[in-house]
Amino acid sequence: MTPVVWRYGRPALVVLLAGLAVGVPLWLVLVTSAKPQAEAIKPNLDVPGHWQPGSNYQDAVSQGEMLRGFLNSLLVVVPSVVLVLILGAGAAWVFARRRSRLVSAAYALCISGLLLPPAVITIVMELRQLGLAGTRPGMIAVYTGMYLSTSIFFMTGFIRAIPMELEEAARMDGAKPPRIFLRIILPLLRPVIATATIMVMLYAWSDIFYAFFVLGGGERATLPLNLYKVASAQLYLNNWHLVFAYVVVMSLPMVAVFLVAQRKIVSGITSGAVK
Amino acid sequence: MTDTVVRTETAPVTGVPKRAGRLPRAAVHHPWWFALPAIAVFAGFFLVPNLLNFYYPFTNWSSYHADIAFTGLDNFRTIAEDGSLLRAIRTTLLYALLAALFQNGFGLVLALLLEADTRFNRFFRAVFFLPVLISALATGYVFQALLDQDGAVNSVLGTDIPWLGSTTWTLVLVTVIHGWKWMGLSMLIYLAGLKGIPGDMLEAAKCDGAGPWRTFWSVRWPMLAPAVTFNVTTALIGSMNTFDIVQATTGGGPAASTEVFNIYMFRIFGQGLYAQASAMSLVLFLVVVAIAIPLVIGLRRREQLL
Repeated sequence: MTPVVWRYGRPALVVLLAGLAVGVPLWLVLVTSAKPQAEAIKPNLDVPGHWQPGSNYQDAVSQGEMLRGFLNSLLVVVPSVVLVLILGAGAAWVFARRRSRLVSAAYALCISGLLLPPAVITIVMELRQLGLAGTRPGMIAVYTGMYLSTSIFFMTGFIRAIPMELEEAARMDGAKPPRIFLRIILPLLRPVIATATIMVMLYAWSDIFYAFFVLGGGERATLPLNLYKVASAQLYLNNWHLVFAYVVVMSLPMVAVFLVAQRKIVSGITSGAVK
Repeated sequence: MTDTVVRTETAPVTGVPKRAGRLPRAAVHHPWWFALPAIAVFAGFFLVPNLLNFYYPFTNWSSYHADIAFTGLDNFRTIAEDGSLLRAIRTTLLYALLAALFQNGFGLVLALLLEADTRFNRFFRAVFFLPVLISALATGYVFQALLDQDGAVNSVLGTDIPWLGSTTWTLVLVTVIHGWKWMGLSMLIYLAGLKGIPGDMLEAAKCDGAGPWRTFWSVRWPMLAPAVTFNVTTALIGSMNTFDIVQATTGGGPAASTEVFNIYMFRIFGQGLYAQASAMSLVLFLVVVAIAIPLVIGLRRREQLL
């Protein structure tokens, strides 16, 4: 009896859950973002009486300063991701290959960021003293510091599984450490790099808490900060249609990245976590 | 340039043959300077602020004073006396506990439902991963629109329930949203754990006449221990750092019943009371340490016992 129930009940349950848990919110976002303001004041699941996605998205882009936000987001997220990966890979190589008490201590310290919360208030203090408060380099430094632990942790585990012989063979051919790192370690790290890129991008792209403290509003505001501004205005402007148009456009890059690299992401996340 | 660095490190090593063991060779092949930039950035922008966080809470640093003076425990006394300290601790712990519970519960159920590697399952795994890709702030707004008193849920059900207006239940609801947002990630990790269970083990259980429940509790669940460790730890620690979802759905209300640490810090910092915010930040740090260390040790030990 049970196998039969499972055979037909399971797919039905999956579809039902997906429809309720993901379908309904998604539908709400999509239809509301296509409604005129008058219909969107009380958000509901009705099909728009009048479709106007074009003008809503246009308004979201112009009123929400979306292009600038997009550029601002790119300008902090991309350098952060690159730094996290490159600096992380270098450190992970050393941590994975060398054995001494000092190395273990440095490794333990460097992955402490996996658990410890960043001290956001004193970060602001420090950045002010360094003259980096409200600047992109300051934001990049903060993101890099925050996510280095994750990349070092995953990459160290991964490098430990790479056979030492590969490096030794290259060394026999006279390759120096920088060459071995660039030619052997980095290419082999590709699966972890894919995962780390996605995870850091995901966190940094949607971060608003740290961006609030470091960048604040103003002309360097990232997409989430702009969304916050648009949505805070919704209290007196009732502009759900714009909020959701914004949400759609802001989420598209991440969804696109996921669709392109789906297989790598899934295998990377799963292989790194369970060790 | 890189060559000179290596050579300066090599020279003394080759000059002292009696210590030509492991360490010197390691120094040549995997020189420290590969790790130094990462260590420098991490120390400069993560560790130093955390160290500073042990000093500034004891000062009167704020936008109202031109200079910073040591004031002892004044800030802690203030947050303890106005009740915000205990409230933040209680709210955050409850939030973390429930969020971890929902995230892992949803994730595990989804993983078990979508375990077999079929095209149908792969498609729905991607569907359930979608919320992970959407920013937490956006997630919060979506649920605000759903759960608002004038929102979609009430209009579908024909009710008039203030979902986000209860001082008891709204916190629970917000943690469900948190669990919803991250369930896809937990699901993937549980799926990987399930995949790692040797097929003959399940086969053996079947031969011994174990039903699905018995197989789950006696084989699958114990074998999932590493995945549980990872998921529970990241979910608990991550949700103690929550901000976006709470800010977007309730902003800490009603009546501060969902005011977790980060919401408090954000609010107080905005009022210019920097040292007071820093004091709360230090408390968060200590709470996380006090929970994370026994948690990781305990879960690791559990892995070995199972």
